[in-house]
Amino acid sequence: MQSLLPESDYQRFLNEGRFMLQRSRQNGGYFFYPRVAQPGTGNTDLEWVEASGLGVVYSSTVVRQRPPTPNYNVALIDLAEGVRMMSRVEGLLPEDVRIGMPVRAKIVALEADASVLVFEPV
Amino acid sequence: MNQSLRGQTAIVAGATFGMGEAPGLSSMDLAASASVRALAQVGLTPADVDGLFVSVPDDMLSGLTFAEYLGIHPRFTDNNRTGGSAFQIYAHTAAMALACGQIDVALIAYGSNQKSASGKLVQSSRPSPWETPYRPMNPVSSYALAAARHMHQYGTTREQLAEVAVAARKWAQLNPDAYMRDDLSIDDVLGARMVSDPLTVRDCCLVTDGAAAVVMVRADRARDLAKRPAYLLGAGSATTHREIASMEDLTVTAARESGQRAYAMAGVGPKDIDVVMLYDAFTINPILFLEDLGFCPKGEGGRFVSGGAIAPGGQLAVNTNGGGLSCVHPGMYGLFTMVEATQQLMGQCGARQVADARLAIAHGNGGVLSSQATVILGTEETL
Repeated sequence: MQSLLPESDYQRFLNEGRFMLQRSRQNGGYFFYPRVAQPGTGNTDLEWVEASGLGVVYSSTVVRQRPPTPNYNVALIDLAEGVRMMSRVEGLLPEDVRIGMPVRAKIVALEADASVLVFEPV
Repeated sequence: MNQSLRGQTAIVAGATFGMGEAPGLSSMDLAASASVRALAQVGLTPADVDGLFVSVPDDMLSGLTFAEYLGIHPRFTDNNRTGGSAFQIYAHTAAMALACGQIDVALIAYGSNQKSASGKLVQSSRPSPWETPYRPMNPVSSYALAAARHMHQYGTTREQLAEVAVAARKWAQLNPDAYMRDDLSIDDVLGARMVSDPLTVRDCCLVTDGAAAVVMVRADRARDLAKRPAYLLGAGSATTHREIASMEDLTVTAARESGQRAYAMAGVGPKDIDVVMLYDAFTINPILFLEDLGFCPKGEGGRFVSGGAIAPGGQLAVNTNGGGLSCVHPGMYGLFTMVEATQQLMGQCGARQVADARLAIAHGNGGVLSSQATVILGTEETL
């Protein structure tokens, strides 16, 4: 049985350019954030699956900064797999992000071991 | 044995201290000042306390520290970390311990010098790795996400959020202990500096120092100690998440469950309540809690608070001390709702006194809408 390190496995996949989500083999249920066991059932028969990357903006805010530092977007994204995560939507002004907007995941490599998952409008 | 807690215990004293700015005093100094003040109201001293319930934001072992400060050795000590809802949960725990004779005198206390010590809200937990890359300004950004979703789903407007702030300020103007008492209009709120859309700085709670304490005993002793005890009729709590991305529906809080549990124990409903104290960390909170505690249907909270409905002279007396928005907010505000509810039922509120106040709700919120806890208090006539 391979050992599962939820946080570092997730980040390692991102660093490799892969957005992976966990799922229970028994019931096929996805969940986020990564854990050692499925919430509710406690199932540990977990596998990592490539995420579709598709989602919809569930909510959005703009964190205001003192000019000239730019404001930035913080959003909650509902993924097609039925889970929700915090992220940000890029490629448009932070205040132009709309609830209900369809988005697609993009991995941004900040440094060697520090890739970040963001979203862009579809 | 399946006996209800209803009416078995009462708050006999409530006090605050250092609300606003209290430089040079530690959180413990403040909590102790409020505590001895409350105990003195009923002729008791720290040595009489055998159940100690305390939360202080900057000390993870505050139960031990506070017992040491007060020079006491309690039979029962609790230091719960559900955020601002801790105090309502303490009232429930204290009632259980009192009712079955495990303790005789409960002291619930809080103190924080966050304003004088650091000038901002103290963060007392490890930041989430699932949030850190996106740098939300917590807690405000999480509440902003909830407000944005409510606006999207139910058409709630920024003006309606502003009504909550304006009402709180009007109550604060009747309270000599409130920190902010200047006139505040809806336009003032809309024109204030935006922090995390849609919340401006006037949609956010204050950052102040402050402390509070209440004393609880069993009902039979309550009558000997206080003229008008505030009997605990109902209590209930519920938690749903820790970080905002895990909240199933940002427009529905666990106040629905905590309220149902408290109402069921008390045998009353929203229409019976005279004074409604709701932890107003942000203007969206009273809107959500008024819905989830059954004062209006889900989605109608914005319309409900419009036109001064929760301001002095309105339809429902909400946050009569001025709330976290205008009275005091040292970080974990829940205990202040209980002190104000108690003082209203005791008839001690002067210019802001709600006439014939018999039943009060004190509702606490912790984290980012994460933990909800409701306490219902009533006068002797309601037993």
